[in-house]
Amino acid sequence: MLRGRDIISVNDLSRRDFEKIFEAADEILKAPERWSAVLKGRIMATAFFEPSTRTRLSFHTAMLRLGGEVIDLGETEKSSIAKGENLSDTIRMLDSYSDVIVIRHRLEGAAKLAAEIAEKPVINAGDGSRNHPTQAMIDLYAIRRFHERIDGLTIGVLGDLKYGRATNSFIAALTKFRIERLYLISPPQLRVRDDTRELLVEAGVEFREVERLEGVMGELDVLYASRIQRERFPDPSEYEMVRGSYVITGESLRSAKDSLAILHPLPRVDEISFEVDSTSYAKYFEQAALGVPVRMALLKLILMG
Amino acid sequence: MAEKPLLVAKIRNGTIIDHIPAGRALSILRLMRITGKEGFTVALVMNVESGKLGRKDIIKVEGLALRPEDTDKIALLAPMATINVVKDYEVVEKRKAVPPKIVEGFLRCKNPSCVTNQRNEPVKPRFRTVSYEPLKLVCEYCGLALTFDDIARQLESRT
Repeated sequence: MLRGRDIISVNDLSRRDFEKIFEAADEILKAPERWSAVLKGRIMATAFFEPSTRTRLSFHTAMLRLGGEVIDLGETEKSSIAKGENLSDTIRMLDSYSDVIVIRHRLEGAAKLAAEIAEKPVINAGDGSRNHPTQAMIDLYAIRRFHERIDGLTIGVLGDLKYGRATNSFIAALTKFRIERLYLISPPQLRVRDDTRELLVEAGVEFREVERLEGVMGELDVLYASRIQRERFPDPSEYEMVRGSYVITGESLRSAKDSLAILHPLPRVDEISFEVDSTSYAKYFEQAALGVPVRMALLKLILMG
Repeated sequence: MAEKPLLVAKIRNGTIIDHIPAGRALSILRLMRITGKEGFTVALVMNVESGKLGRKDIIKVEGLALRPEDTDKIALLAPMATINVVKDYEVVEKRKAVPPKIVEGFLRCKNPSCVTNQRNEPVKPRFRTVSYEPLKLVCEYCGLALTFDDIARQLESRT
């Protein structure tokens, strides 16, 4: 089902695709040693045209843990990109060297273009402000692990819902499941885009857009936090004004359910205060650690079925 | 009741494009690359009354058979238009100008960060029609939507 497929956007994936990946990740976590040579002799190429720490390293780790090999384009300032080579030619080269290509790029649609050029499967590790499908897989898998289900949960997404590719992919991925209710919590400037709203309506997801976290905190099973970037605000004072309302502190968690799981795609700057890290709600580091088994599951399913 | 007199004479062989939204006929002629120098006999009627549209434009071109790509472009600018093929003064074929499912090449994505707007990448913009009324196309690369106004603005500014 996933064998040989490109992974460009969450919208190309079905609920069954997600479940297949989750089931494989479960198996990997149960008996990792059984997976240590399944991709022996296979090569994954990574081409990150934008900075990345977690995503790049977790893809590398995933491939190495499956017994495969990794080649990396390196920093674009030091590669042929610096000489003016375009994306298409770079992808053609990687296609001839590797069995699967992982790409991150600033431009929207870059991964789709790469997939059209390459014969080998292409995995989008983030392009533009919409798509980060493997992050969404990890996010949903984390929810499934912490709550043993995704259906029926009340979920809040906090922060930059307009430009954040992790939040956009997460919201799109939730439409594949039957959640109880979705709260979209953001300043008015960073509300979800119309097409996301249309997607939610089409999928029949019950959702509400709110500006403040306090009013809804007590209802949430999952709170997905994200970074509000200063550069999204033309006026710095406006940024300073809204920022405080979107910081999760011990105080803001007073009405939270015991079972609340706080997730964050990381890196965080100051949107979750450090005092939260030691509470039972803080699941973001465990969530990040799940990046490796989920990407292992994906690589295995794409390369071997 | 006596029939209203025709504003322009019937054509013998050629194409009639009817139900063009009022004021768009000149843009459509330009899209079809008809400048007047090709020698076709062309009749243009603008802002006549129409049951469907309130007011409409009509184009009649003697001796012209439309190419499929012209029909596609007309459909994007005048999605309600009817194209009549005339032979020996009779309408032998009548079809609606339906926007194609996939529009490739001649529209541009309005997202400056879209990969199709990079000059050094060999990629043609490609859009999928997701709604016919109102007309809405979505970029196959970045997912951004073009509305009918966006499309009309692009096609009209180019012609």
